[in-house]
Amino acid sequence: MTEKEIFDKIAKIIHERFEVELDKITPELNFTQDLDVDSIDLVEFVLELEDTFGAEIPDEEAEKMTTVADVVAYVKAHQS
Amino acid sequence: MGDLLTGKKILVMGVANKRSIAWGCAQALEANGATVIYTYQNPRMKKSISKLVSDDQKLIECDVSSDQSLQQAFAIVQARYGKIDGVVHAIAFANKEELAGDIMNTSREGYALAQNISSYSLLAVAKYAQPLLNNPASIVTLTYFGSERAIPNYNVMGVAKAALEANVRYLARDMAKFGVRVNAISAGAVKTLAVTGVKDHGHLLKMSAERTADGKSVTIREIGNAAAFLMSDLATGLVGDIVYVDKGVHLI
Repeated sequence: MTEKEIFDKIAKIIHERFEVELDKITPELNFTQDLDVDSIDLVEFVLELEDTFGAEIPDEEAEKMTTVADVVAYVKAHQS
Repeated sequence: MGDLLTGKKILVMGVANKRSIAWGCAQALEANGATVIYTYQNPRMKKSISKLVSDDQKLIECDVSSDQSLQQAFAIVQARYGKIDGVVHAIAFANKEELAGDIMNTSREGYALAQNISSYSLLAVAKYAQPLLNNPASIVTLTYFGSERAIPNYNVMGVAKAALEANVRYLARDMAKFGVRVNAISAGAVKTLAVTGVKDHGHLLKMSAERTADGKSVTIREIGNAAAFLMSDLATGLVGDIVYVDKGVHLI
């Protein structure tokens, strides 16, 4: 998958899960600062990313991902 | 679709999201013909379960730490569905900081909390469910190998699961007069919302996968299929048992 394809898929998940308009989802969007999310939301989001991309995301890695761009980069490097 | 459970109404307690073991159970029960009713802990968890279950009638709030909540929940179940044929109890909780480090550091409050939510709750559920249960009926709870072995970081939850398994045996004796069987599934480690509370759970899941007989972790659907069997009248001979559904991890 290209970066654009990965971004679009992640944007769709964020749009559906957190009810954010698609045009407001940018690579700079910060999960904890820009979205109204709790810890359960974040765990479920990571689990959905794993299901979507068939990649395992260990907690240590998930904790480092604060923006959409971070997730895109991780998926790009670990896609199966 | 099978018809093993056709006509049976089963309450599933503990679906958090689609990774939940309880969700694997619900799917297997439905695939075998059962009508599944769900409880969720609070409005926050309702938000998650609503993504999976669209029929709001099937969703009932139940906080197992409160007798009042349990009473209300079973009253709603009865009003909407009448008698039911089984309950899947897939509920546990401990403070995250106590699923790490040395077990000596477990607080009294944390110890009691883990016991209350993860073990006592089975007794409370059985008590409030009993008047609604048909004869025969089945109660199944979910446990884990950490009840028997000292698994790193599982700590206070391992102790709670040991108590839960003892509860299964005592309950099985005392519920038998009502035609209610009580058993537990000791499920292999699965990446659920619950397991993410355990420190280094990535390592635990990896170790567990390596110890399966064929190198592949058990799936929530495989666990659910065993629950479907235990809910069915094929399992009327199983009373007070702990059934491993872990792909052989317990053999090593």
